[in-house]
Amino acid sequence: MRYAMAIDTRKCVGCSDCVVACQVENNVPIGYCRDWVVESTSGTYPVLQTEIRSERCNHCDNSPCVRCCPTGASHFEQGGIVTVTHHKCIGCGACIQSCPYDARYSHPDGYVDKCTFCLHRVVEGLKPACVSVCPTKCMYFGDLEDPNSDVSVAIRHRNYKTLAPEAGTKPQIFYLL
Amino acid sequence: MKTRRDFIKISALGLGGVAAVAGMSKMMTGQKVVDEFLKLSQEGKSFLKRYPTYCEVCFWKCAGWTYVDDAGKIVKIIGNDDDPHCNGRLCPRGTGGIGMYYDEDRLKKPLIRVEGSEGQTFKEASWDEALDYVAKKMKEIAQKHGPESIALFNHGSPGHHFGHLLKAFGSSNIVAPSYAQCRGPREVGFEMTFGVGVGAPEPTDIRDTRCLVLIGSHIGENMHNGQVQEMSDAIDRGATIITVDPRFSTAASKSKFWLPIKPATDMALLLAWMHVLIYENLYDRDYISKYADGFDELKEHVRPFTPEWAYGITTLSPDLIRQTAREMAAASPSVIIHPGRHVTWYGDDSQRSRAIAILNALLGSWGRRGGFYFKRAQNVPEYPTEEYPKPAWSWKDTHNGKYPLARLSVANLLIDATIPSPDNTHEIYGWIVAGTNLPLTMPDKQKLKKAFEALELLVVVDTMPMEITGYADVVLPESTYLERYDDLRNETHREAFVALRAPAVEPMYESKPAWWIARELGIKLGLGRYFPWKDYSEVLDWQLKQIGSSLEEMMEIGVKKFPNPAPLYIEDGHEPTFPTPTGKIELYSHELEHYGFDPLPVYTAHPEPPEGFYRLIYGRAPMHTFSRTANNPNLVDLMKENALWVNPRVASLWNLKNGQYVKLKNQDGVETRFATKVRITERIRWDSVYIVHGFGHHEKGLTRAYGRGASDSELITNVQIDPLMGGTGMRGNFVTFVIDNIKTEVES
Ligand code: SF4
Ligand code: SF4
Ligand code: SF4
Repeated sequence: MRYAMAIDTRKCVGCSDCVVACQVENNVPIGYCRDWVVESTSGTYPVLQTEIRSERCNHCDNSPCVRCCPTGASHFEQGGIVTVTHHKCIGCGACIQSCPYDARYSHPDGYVDKCTFCLHRVVEGLKPACVSVCPTKCMYFGDLEDPNSDVSVAIRHRNYKTLAPEAGTKPQIFYLL
Repeated sequence: MKTRRDFIKISALGLGGVAAVAGMSKMMTGQKVVDEFLKLSQEGKSFLKRYPTYCEVCFWKCAGWTYVDDAGKIVKIIGNDDDPHCNGRLCPRGTGGIGMYYDEDRLKKPLIRVEGSEGQTFKEASWDEALDYVAKKMKEIAQKHGPESIALFNHGSPGHHFGHLLKAFGSSNIVAPSYAQCRGPREVGFEMTFGVGVGAPEPTDIRDTRCLVLIGSHIGENMHNGQVQEMSDAIDRGATIITVDPRFSTAASKSKFWLPIKPATDMALLLAWMHVLIYENLYDRDYISKYADGFDELKEHVRPFTPEWAYGITTLSPDLIRQTAREMAAASPSVIIHPGRHVTWYGDDSQRSRAIAILNALLGSWGRRGGFYFKRAQNVPEYPTEEYPKPAWSWKDTHNGKYPLARLSVANLLIDATIPSPDNTHEIYGWIVAGTNLPLTMPDKQKLKKAFEALELLVVVDTMPMEITGYADVVLPESTYLERYDDLRNETHREAFVALRAPAVEPMYESKPAWWIARELGIKLGLGRYFPWKDYSEVLDWQLKQIGSSLEEMMEIGVKKFPNPAPLYIEDGHEPTFPTPTGKIELYSHELEHYGFDPLPVYTAHPEPPEGFYRLIYGRAPMHTFSRTANNPNLVDLMKENALWVNPRVASLWNLKNGQYVKLKNQDGVETRFATKVRITERIRWDSVYIVHGFGHHEKGLTRAYGRGASDSELITNVQIDPLMGGTGMRGNFVTFVIDNIKTEVES
């Protein structure tokens, strides 16, 4: 089993519903977030291109954050989901430094927090909160090893990219182009 | 004696009181709760109860569920899967609607304006005292000037309750700025063409369209949920999107064709498109010959409006105009020239909407799959009460024979009728304002100020200390939508649906639902017979039983679909009727001709920005609704202020830096109260600047919104009135930058 996500940049409108849904679902304190939206524009008026995408932890296969964690708080869960066990985390922030995607933040309660792919929902057969709320239905989640999962179907016939592949972390979020 | 109405800052009162329910953020952020939630849900023990609601953060009214934990706290709001407005997915504002309930700046107690040693101030009052005061004043005004001289300004759900009260009282002067400050002109333009307006939700069949044309309509930033979802489906299906906008909007970035039009020239483009469709024989001949009247006149009329003619006006290349017209024709009749929503731009807006309607007719899209569907709705009977008295006059009479096509009351004209003037044949002396923040909604602040000074009574019902409360004689704190019953939602859609809003929790503080406030006030006015029930749940249960459901059933399901066999499209056997004078689609409008207006749409040049000025374009962000949400803690977290979009060429001319704060000054020398952050971007034309509407609040009681960003509505002093229906064209304002002495930080 390998959980992954595909996000269709042709459909995402940058509404940030994924952000607020995550905050509410996961009790992320106001002022912090586990996912966020990026917009990048290239060209000169009127020949322009804008890409909008929702970002979060890439649940990398080769994760520097897990490797560098001195307490084992950062670890892999089922399906390759990278999570932090809050009570084991000493808040040293090594993982924050090691992540090329700035996907982690220091929670005011003293531990490091990040996207869990909504593991508590996934184990119940639900989709992550961001995926189930997204009004444009531009996010696809599932098991890459299951050819019929939403994510496998979504990437089958589309070009996609990952973010900063040169970092060598083997990110598991695919941006459909 | 008319008192001068000082603006009273609600924060200055040190109002407070501890929230009846402790702030959620504390309780929600603890790790304990997270773990507990995980554990409980992993054990499969659901400890959340859910209550049906429909959203009130905007007026798309998505149905959803409010989840409450066993401590009685609201934890989240999730869309109802059976609701066609949202299909189980609320938009960011709906998801963040929870913040409307937990906002600690909410109005907490009734307030009455009093004259004190240090000038005017508010004193806290009991509901009894506040409503006694309002009832006494209303009776006095009715005695002096008649009950008609009290008007209701409203937006959203409280409107129906206070509208019922006002009609019982003897006034039909009920108005919502959503008409003359927003979508009114398109209703007129479509009615003059098809005999019926567009209505909301728009019956645009985006789900099945092959070509969607957006003209200044920015779906995706304008977050009307169902439309955003369907546009996304259309992208999936490979539909062509054509966006006309001086700004590279989100929708433009998803479009096959973006037409970066010179602002204020849309009419020329629309006429040129008609020209191409007609002279290249691309229009739907069968449809036109069967259903339309006035084709020959239209053909003759648009003869000179070639793409080459339009090029000189719009700056759009003739090739692009032809190519996009052909693209639409290829998709016909599964094509939508979207009527837009906020269409009060230049004062000829009804006529521009007419042009859009005519284009749709030429493409045969009205009543066709992938075009516009014929709506269905479930009729819900009104709870029976005594008949309303007949008012001696109504808002129509204040127009003095002008604006003959206004089908709904016009807010700016009722404001005019409030300002003492020898021209007024009918006068307004009292306002009830429910759910609309007029100071950030209405253009022309000077007029509004004069009206405030003249009013004998101003009652404001709101959940938040919006700017309008500062001018009130009495402020009444309304419960949020999560704490109250409201009317059943039975809007039109492809299917007939009814949705219920029920309270998930008791009202916080001393706030009360609108139905309760209207009823109590009614009783004090001697109108108790119009409220022959104790709790609104009785009304809802009665209504639901008339249509074969019940409150009990609706508490379980939230949304109910009612079978309705009427066909959605002409091709499914719907024989359309067009309630126009000719009974046909009027390409040439006999009604407009009758009133002395252009029977066929005409291009008029609009003023251009003077040197050193830029056209002020305003719009929406997906995380906010007008000025209503600017203090919502969850939504402020997503976007706390607006930014001023400036083209890099303009920025370099003015030496502006990204992130720098500037104020704006308009052609009349009016300056924004607060500064806004510059965002240098290629996504805006060099002759315009853009900001999101709804920011720049100046009421200190809105602690998160105060001083954040600039208010576009402050800058709208030049208003072009639509002669057909009285709408306020607001895009004819030009601004320049005020760069010196700008504080970068807002004092807190
Ligand atoms: S909710 Fe969906 S459309 Fe909105 S920003 Fe997130 S991914 Fe994009
Ligand atoms: S994105 Fe960052 S936090 Fe997430 S797994 Fe990769 S390195 Fe770790
Ligand atoms: S579109 Fe968003 S704000 Fe409007 S009713 Fe739906 S969920 Fe609420």
